[in-house]
Amino acid sequence: MTFTGINEQDVDRAYDALRKDAMDGGYRLNPDAEFVKNLIRGLLKNEQRYAYRACPCRLASGKKEEDLDIVCPCDYRDSDIEEHGACYCALYVNEAIADGTRKVAPVPERRPPRSQRGTMKERAVQTVAVGGGATFGSLPFPVWRCKVCGYLCARDQPPGICPVCKAKKERFERFL
Amino acid sequence: MEHVNGTDKGNVVLYALSTCGWCQKTKELLREMGVAFDYTFVDLLDGKEQDDAMNRVEKFNPAGSFPTLVINNEKAIVGFREQEIREALGQ
Ligand code: SF4
Repeated sequence: MTFTGINEQDVDRAYDALRKDAMDGGYRLNPDAEFVKNLIRGLLKNEQRYAYRACPCRLASGKKEEDLDIVCPCDYRDSDIEEHGACYCALYVNEAIADGTRKVAPVPERRPPRSQRGTMKERAVQTVAVGGGATFGSLPFPVWRCKVCGYLCARDQPPGICPVCKAKKERFERFL
Repeated sequence: MEHVNGTDKGNVVLYALSTCGWCQKTKELLREMGVAFDYTFVDLLDGKEQDDAMNRVEKFNPAGSFPTLVINNEKAIVGFREQEIREALGQ
């Protein structure tokens, strides 16, 4: 797979950066380097056409607020690695697959279908609002949760970048 | 829709994304098997065309995920399931 406007140096650079970030955060990349580079070409292509790195294996809408859950690493990565040994694209895998003792198998789509996405988002916001207002209104600081890795912190605003998984501020939700 | 020539195994349509690794593997498998098929990269379609394609995908695969391989307008194989694809399209 090659795309116009994406050069191989950028792919290699992104590959090295991704590998380092993965290792720092305790994640592993798929041991098939060529497969990973193909996904990176997809990520860079998406960054080029949508201005954010939407998941290469999912159809992005082109509207960032609708696609935040599938900006790589997506909100579903950790659950899929836990349950299936790999993220949906098989970019990130568990130890056994990284070490070659197990093989990647197809991962079913965890993201809700188009028709249910709106309602799901509204529900998530509501739950947080009720929990935050009714039960924990007297906390000295709000608690923020990183939707990518689950990291929690109590402060006025979520951090600019998640110290655990490097997700950006926009991926945090009010937890308490 | 792009057409790939090969042995006629009925109406074989692959809905794929141009950026997706498993879609690519599925396409390569079909080529390697020498099956005649049509494919479309849904991410490269515009507005209404993309919407129509998504509606068709969701008819066979409610999750609306890729790759979705539709055989004879009745059966869908979702994801790169090599074994299943080989069985369905005989070899
Ligand atoms: S973590 Fe995996 S499934 Fe999630 S967006 Fe990145 S490549 Fe896609």
